Amino acid sequence: MALILDHVTYEYGTGTELKVKALDDINLVIPDGQFIGLIGHTGSGKSTLVQHLNGLIKPTSGNIYYNGKDIHDEDFSKKELRSKVGLVFQYPEHQLFEIDVFSDVCFGPKNLGLDKKEVELRAYQALKQVGLEDEYFYQSPFDLSGGQKRRVAIAGVLAMKPEVLILDEPTAGLDPKGRDEILGLVSKLRKETGMTIILVSHSMDDVAEYVDRILVMNKGRLMFDDEPKKVFSHVEELESMGLAAPQVTYIMMELKKRGYPVDTNVITISEAAKEIKRVWASK
Amino acid sequence: MGIIKTKNVVFDYIRRNEEGDVEGITTAVKDVSMDIQEGDFIAILGHNGSGKSTLAKHFNAILYPTEGTVWVNGKDTTDDSKLWDIRQEAGMVFQNPDNQIIGQVVEEDVGFGPENMGIPTREIWERVEESLKAVGMYEYRKHSPNKLSGGQKQRVSIAGVIAMHPKCIILDEPTAMLDPNGRKEVIRAVRALNDVERVTVILITHYMEEIIYANKVFVMDAGEIAMEGTPREIFSQVEKLKQLRLEVPKVTLLAYELKKSGLDLPDGILTTKELADALEQKG
Ligand SMILES: Nc1ncnc2c1ncn2[C@@H]1O[C@H](COP(=O)(O)OP(=O)(O)OP(=O)(O)O)[C@@H](O)[C@H]1O
Ligand SMILES: Nc1ncnc2c1ncn2[C@@H]1O[C@H](COP(=O)(O)OP(=O)(O)OP(=O)(O)O)[C@@H](O)[C@H]1O
Ligand SMILES: [Mg+2]
Ligand SMILES: [Mg+2]
Repeated sequence: MALILDHVTYEYGTGTELKVKALDDINLVIPDGQFIGLIGHTGSGKSTLVQHLNGLIKPTSGNIYYNGKDIHDEDFSKKELRSKVGLVFQYPEHQLFEIDVFSDVCFGPKNLGLDKKEVELRAYQALKQVGLEDEYFYQSPFDLSGGQKRRVAIAGVLAMKPEVLILDEPTAGLDPKGRDEILGLVSKLRKETGMTIILVSHSMDDVAEYVDRILVMNKGRLMFDDEPKKVFSHVEELESMGLAAPQVTYIMMELKKRGYPVDTNVITISEAAKEIKRVWASK
Repeated sequence: MGIIKTKNVVFDYIRRNEEGDVEGITTAVKDVSMDIQEGDFIAILGHNGSGKSTLAKHFNAILYPTEGTVWVNGKDTTDDSKLWDIRQEAGMVFQNPDNQIIGQVVEEDVGFGPENMGIPTREIWERVEESLKAVGMYEYRKHSPNKLSGGQKQRVSIAGVIAMHPKCIILDEPTAMLDPNGRKEVIRAVRALNDVERVTVILITHYMEEIIYANKVFVMDAGEIAMEGTPREIFSQVEKLKQLRLEVPKVTLLAYELKKSGLDLPDGILTTKELADALEQKG
């Protein structure tokens, strides 16, 4: 049971002067239950890639399999795919359209054919999970602040209870507490339900803190596919691709440069604190 | 009086039903007074829905105060005859670039502002080139903005404002969709405008690291200004910021954690260098 991408290539504007090869021969296996971070410079193909996973975009060449079946086979139900593979768009405005917040979140589960009671229960739970206060439930989603819109968009997908949850830069525009809450929430959902999570992010710190595998895109190609510590040990390559290491890694590099015997392969605050204490305790 | 001054500003969003009756009122800004001097680099922080964007929209006469007054370069923003002067003096980069981009081609889009101001054609082209280079998007000048990635679009909208040569530039979460390198470039470009051209900068962000160079920080909470001070003063108050749903830069957090566990470090460390220096003092 998994998502498999086999030699997936995608080109925008084929046959025109401005054609862009957004994905170039991507091969990937995404097994159930992983928490994956997808990073890459702006324009590297992350959004294009994730829109392939729920069938919104069809590869120019190559195939995508979900649980062993080619998602672009004629007898494969796209509707079912979209209920199993939930995508939260990069811009929440692209996802919100109903007249009030609650109806907006109900839209997905309603489309699954669930009865009204179940639909409303799910919508309510999802809105609670993303931390939106009740006072906003019956307001237009367009009258919300940026971060509030983001929460509604995430709730709309959570309410479908997908097997694979893809979040395209879900924390952009959230306040710091909100970032922790949303990432904590998906992390918890993963543990409790075995949901696969794919997190597209520009925050190296968040990715370092939460995921167990990182995919690095560069100009449409998959450059690294490895566990976080290994990926972040390639600091120079990452920088040359417009990326970076987590901030604490740079702190450790600076201390090392100044002659302290610290381990620079450290990517989270708690690891860094521990490592500095270890070295400074002996002084 | 500074370049932007607000006095006891209150702003109510009034929601009406189809019949036009008032359904609800959200007071998004409550009694805000600030006086921003020409050449300042101001940062505004605050939780989602705290009123940052609403307040910012008063700075270039998109919204008008329900109570109180806003002056831009001495002009009351409610004075209709000054509207174009105000919009020219205070340029705004919105949270979502989709709301900002109008042209069919990148260079056209960036030239739109200066053209509207009646700048001669030759100078428009110079400005377009200079601003696209400042944000690293010159190569894309012939592309369609609709077909750019999220981060690329954001940089084009910043170029559009820079091209108007405003006295004051208001950036509402300009880096939310950028990769680490893009984020650095934008912050560098903004700092250079401030340092070299003495353009007043008002930066709204959820990324704490971006504001350590500001000369003044305002923290909003539920429409009010809850804290005001230099970055060091603000970031010395880790617990208070947490209560306001914010955080401190990662370096500051690490120093704080180390201090809590017994290493005697000063409060309000803001950069890697400061932390390394402080640790060096310990031996
Ligand atoms: N609708 C489109 N038509 C043509 N080209 C497009 C379209 N959407 C994206 N592109 C191009 O395809 C490439 C990949 O874009 P994509 O949106 O997948 O990048 P991304 O990694 O998600 O970037 P970001 O981090 O900025 O969101 C970019 O060069 C972009 O300009
Ligand atoms: N068009 C609108 N109509 C009604 N209420 C609105 C509208 N826009 C914003 N609000 C409300 O006003 C308050 C302040 O919103 P604002 O957009 O100023 O917050 P913000 O600090 O910019 O938040 P964020 O960090 O999420 O962008 C929120 O409670 C929001 O729901
Ligand atoms: Mg994207
Ligand atoms: Mg806002």
